[in-house]
Amino acid sequence: MTKKTLSHLDWLEAEAIHILREVAGQCSNPVLLFSGGKDSLCIVRLAEKAFRPGRFPFPLMHIDTGHNYQEVIDFRDRRVAEIGERLIVRSLEDSMARGTIVLKHPDEPRNKHQSVTLLEAIEEFGFDCCIGGARRDEEKARAKERIMSFRDEFGQWDPKNQRPELWNLYNARSHKGENIRAFPISNWTEMDVWQYIEREQLELPSIYFAHQRDVILRNGDIIPANVPLASGEIINKPKAGEQIVSKQVRFRTVGDITCTAPVYSDADTTAKIVIETATTTITERGATRLDDQTSDASMELRKKEGYF
Amino acid sequence: MTCGSVDDGKSTLIGRLLFDSKTILADTMTNISNTSKKRGMAAVDLSLLTDGLQAEREQGITIDVAYRYFSTGTRKYIIADAPGHEQYTRNMVTAASTANLAIILIDARRGVLTQTRRHSYLAHLVGIPHIVVAVNKMDLVDYSQDVYDKICADYTQFAKEIGLAGARDIRFIPMSALNGDMLVDRLDNMSWYQGETLLEMLEKAPAAHTEQSEQFRFPVQFVCRPHASADADLHDFRGFMGRIESGEIAVGDAVTVLPNGYQSTVKAIQLGDKQLQSAITEQSITLLLEDEIDTSRGDMIVKSNEATEPVKQIEAFVCWLGETPLSTARTYIVRHTTRESKAKIGAIHYKVDVNTLEEQQTNDLKMNDIARLSFKLAQPLMIDSYKTNRATGAFIVIDESTNSTVGAGMIV
Repeated sequence: MTKKTLSHLDWLEAEAIHILREVAGQCSNPVLLFSGGKDSLCIVRLAEKAFRPGRFPFPLMHIDTGHNYQEVIDFRDRRVAEIGERLIVRSLEDSMARGTIVLKHPDEPRNKHQSVTLLEAIEEFGFDCCIGGARRDEEKARAKERIMSFRDEFGQWDPKNQRPELWNLYNARSHKGENIRAFPISNWTEMDVWQYIEREQLELPSIYFAHQRDVILRNGDIIPANVPLASGEIINKPKAGEQIVSKQVRFRTVGDITCTAPVYSDADTTAKIVIETATTTITERGATRLDDQTSDASMELRKKEGYF
Repeated sequence: MTCGSVDDGKSTLIGRLLFDSKTILADTMTNISNTSKKRGMAAVDLSLLTDGLQAEREQGITIDVAYRYFSTGTRKYIIADAPGHEQYTRNMVTAASTANLAIILIDARRGVLTQTRRHSYLAHLVGIPHIVVAVNKMDLVDYSQDVYDKICADYTQFAKEIGLAGARDIRFIPMSALNGDMLVDRLDNMSWYQGETLLEMLEKAPAAHTEQSEQFRFPVQFVCRPHASADADLHDFRGFMGRIESGEIAVGDAVTVLPNGYQSTVKAIQLGDKQLQSAITEQSITLLLEDEIDTSRGDMIVKSNEATEPVKQIEAFVCWLGETPLSTARTYIVRHTTRESKAKIGAIHYKVDVNTLEEQQTNDLKMNDIARLSFKLAQPLMIDSYKTNRATGAFIVIDESTNSTVGAGMIV
């Protein structure tokens, strides 16, 4: 008799649920990092499968750069209301007001500064574990990271000295002030995420799907033009000599407006995105992240500084 | 998992496998091609795909496991690229503990080396069911069949000595990861080899652990009691959440909760909001029992006719991973399934010299040592032997002062 086995997607789901429950079982004060993006929406669904009919044994937290698309923020709030869990928002603007983040110039991409606000929030609430949606297929420094990744009291990742991680016996122990970053969907690829979204019929912010958008074409990148922020400020104004054109695009990743670029796409349904993902010739980050391309090790350096 | 000695081409093999299976996307290719040019290389260095850390690129070695993903039409793969350096053996053990198939690389010019033996011994100890011995760099020995045959014979002899031959499915393949011979494409250089290409071997290897025990083992991870819920129907809800480590369970099955020995019957099985009639190994589920019994994280639910005796003493093979040597005077924490217990070393029976396989007497263990130990435990554990059950036969040793994982244990 052949043994019954799980499909790949079911196996990934079961592993992620197991990891979430280990966090809940081992950590006294965890938090789930939630941005309203596709990866964190998958984790919210996984948390529902892991803990319902109970409440989540952790709150959700968003580190808001202040440069988020309003559609995504609205979606974030609606989703949190639907699941009836607690959302903590900590913003980079507050860290800037405190003087703990100092921008070199006002237009500087804010993604890397998220580390500062994140570490401040960890200290404020005394979190001993942050659950995040990072995947190992995203980037080569991430490919090296453990599922339960230890950070010292300065939030630093030491890639040369990671805890061995054996079988599925995760070690999420930490002393006061230290922190574990837990990544339940480490083993998922961008394709797995989209197949899961399709299977579970998860709702997503509209900007993941193909839409007409005013953009500026700058050095081969597609820059969303004149984006209004919640504060009323308009960012990404065209520079002298640049033209605004309307293009059909969608976002493969959703992050800080100043460093996340859309891609040309006709995919206006999840099913079409699955096909597009299967046939693309550009990696997720290569296509869309303006901040990862500065050096071979930019993600590794950021993680050493406390980035998630 | 890929493993083997330093510089035998593991990262290049993975790079080539991804390249030939058309998994590398254009921008990644442009990146590594630029880096290769910067370093003055004539061809694209495919090992740059997996060596992702700064220190690795500086030194041209792999320090920690890199996980890579690729899929063919029929299967999805997770490849763990394990480091070859002896200093990083703990990271190799990390990769091995979850692997279903090991590709052990041998440099055709150098034959079976200490690290080949060490990694083979560890792969055997950790119980990886399928071993592919890849004799690489055949291009550097003029694709000589004699060289290949000699290495296969040497390895087979060694595999017999450590009990690997017979116990595991071992296959051999000659290849040149650099040029792509026998990975995805056969090419023309080794027409004397009629066997499968590497990808064909991977495609045919069974995905599941066929030797895994069929006895039902369900360590309780988390107890769900939403008694404060606004929904009055939930006030008496008591769900035991966890992952089925082995075996199957169905509604109506008689179960026993260990170590207490309380008995009950499965009332319902849930996965999210879905009700299941039965569930299988590796599924993360919620179990509801007919009786209200006191059960918490760390307990284990088994079928009543498949119970195991809780024990407070275990004997095991341990691979020491800590930089600080094991001290027989100290107390450690043993984590076994979802249960933790304080543990003292009862005795170090012997340490294994991986090169000679000689059993040596010793009073301490240094990093990368493998020894047979006995532990005395403060809490009872519900164990099986590692041979019959990888999940309930394995444990880790944690140093309480640093919280580091310092040992990997396999119960005899």
